[in-house]
Amino acid sequence: MMQSGTAEEERRAAAPAPRLKARVEALSFFYGDFQALKNLNIEVRERHVTALIGPSGCGKSTFLRCFNRMHDLTAGTRYEGCIRLYPEDINLVAHDVDPIEVRMRIGMVFQKPNPFPKSIFENVAYGLRLRGVRSRVKLDEAVERALRGAALWDEVKDRLSHSGLSLSGGQQQRLCIARALATNPEILLFDEPTSALDPIATARIEELIAVLREQVTVVIVTHNMQQAARVSDFTAFMYLGELVEVGETSRIFTNPGKKATEDYITGRYG
Amino acid sequence: MRDPGRYLRRRRIADALAFMAAGLATFVGLAVLAAILWTLLARGIGGMSPGVFRQMTPAPGSDGGLLNAIVGSLAMTALGTLIGAPVGLLAGSYLAEYGRGSRLSTVVRFINDVLLSAPSIIIGLFIYTLLVLRMGHFSAIAGAVALSLVAMPVMVGTAEDMLGLVPRSLREGSAALGAHPWRTITRVVYPAARNGLLTGLLLAVARISGETAPLLFTALNNQFWSTDLRQPIANLPVVIFQFAMSPYQDWQRLAWVGAVLITLFVLLLSILARAIAALFGPHANPGE
Repeated sequence: MMQSGTAEEERRAAAPAPRLKARVEALSFFYGDFQALKNLNIEVRERHVTALIGPSGCGKSTFLRCFNRMHDLTAGTRYEGCIRLYPEDINLVAHDVDPIEVRMRIGMVFQKPNPFPKSIFENVAYGLRLRGVRSRVKLDEAVERALRGAALWDEVKDRLSHSGLSLSGGQQQRLCIARALATNPEILLFDEPTSALDPIATARIEELIAVLREQVTVVIVTHNMQQAARVSDFTAFMYLGELVEVGETSRIFTNPGKKATEDYITGRYG
Repeated sequence: MRDPGRYLRRRRIADALAFMAAGLATFVGLAVLAAILWTLLARGIGGMSPGVFRQMTPAPGSDGGLLNAIVGSLAMTALGTLIGAPVGLLAGSYLAEYGRGSRLSTVVRFINDVLLSAPSIIIGLFIYTLLVLRMGHFSAIAGAVALSLVAMPVMVGTAEDMLGLVPRSLREGSAALGAHPWRTITRVVYPAARNGLLTGLLLAVARISGETAPLLFTALNNQFWSTDLRQPIANLPVVIFQFAMSPYQDWQRLAWVGAVLITLFVLLLSILARAIAALFGPHANPGE
């Protein structure tokens, strides 16, 4: 533990100041008349992991689903404010931005593994086919790269034509990660990705996230504070639809600035 | 206080009575079905011969078979399914996917239920005025269209139910990768619901293959071999109706044979539908 902590600090010290990937400005979100998110402001750093924590119902998943406009699938939802994606500086939640285009650039991994009823290969190739990739060679390459990226290749390379549903729960979740990785997303959203998994499968996903941050910006929702502490660089604590506190994970967990954060982290509620 | 022993006894008797009533009702239902099957087989099997599948429907007093009626029935059932199933699938897709929870889908669902329970003779009359009168004569096409209207609401209902069973998380997974709804429906939802949809299709086919009333006013009948879909065509239900009502013994014998054929066909489809559902389950699709 000590050693990895030191290596982590070295990595931080050596790295230049992380670049801005997205900035959330005065974001509010409504289900009909109900305001679920209230005036959120937060910066998401490129190739770093930002964790959203908070008690059930605090709006952390709702917030995450704003990044890829998943709420647009439900009628009667409304965004206010901005999520600016850099370097282009486009507002992801603007009316005139097509949610499909947003989802083309921002991937998501869900709470429960949701592989399609297709082969392992076709699961990973799905997003590529959507983007018009036809060449078998390119598909083969990209599928292998994504499966390697999701640390699943060695386990499935001999049965790519088997159903994705034939895998174990943890493997299915890594398949879903590979499926999202295959399209080279700029931000990868994780919505409590290990809440349906056993401890061993959970550990593998956490290791994977640690590796993934080298290549992709990650935003992860978790109800598990130890997980947030283990995998994230920055942590945002949410409560009742508001962002209470945002900061470097090490600081939030050792020296929270707000009473509510401290109460939650020390287990007084949640 | 009540005597607990007496109270318990009373409940035990009530339970025994309910069990007997339910058992008796089940027995009556099954007995009727068994009697129908028995009568059919006893009267029909005797007339079954290779000639039934080789020869045309005969004039009274001469030898013949049911070939033209079998082929006519198969052709109209196939064409009716070909028209009705896609429309039913798409309408069911609208109800389960695009129009979920909308006012229009409530209206569509209600109208579909009405159509489902509409007497099939009304559907026959409707197609009679719509097609037969305009074309000036009965035709296989009119028969197929009438059958498609019987199959359609069956398909709409099963399609909506089966698509509704597909978990929302699959749709979200597809949408999150940037898929438009139509792509999600055809590439993810349909494959996930494949077995259920197939079962629904087979049940729709089973439903229309024995329909008589919609054909009386549309395809009518044809004593002879015909594959011209613009002309009247022979078909098993109407042949059964006509032959069974006749005073001629050889016609009556053929009517029983036809009845056995239809029953076995429908039975086979139902067994197949159940086998598909049981073998593969709703989501246990093998890899592609």
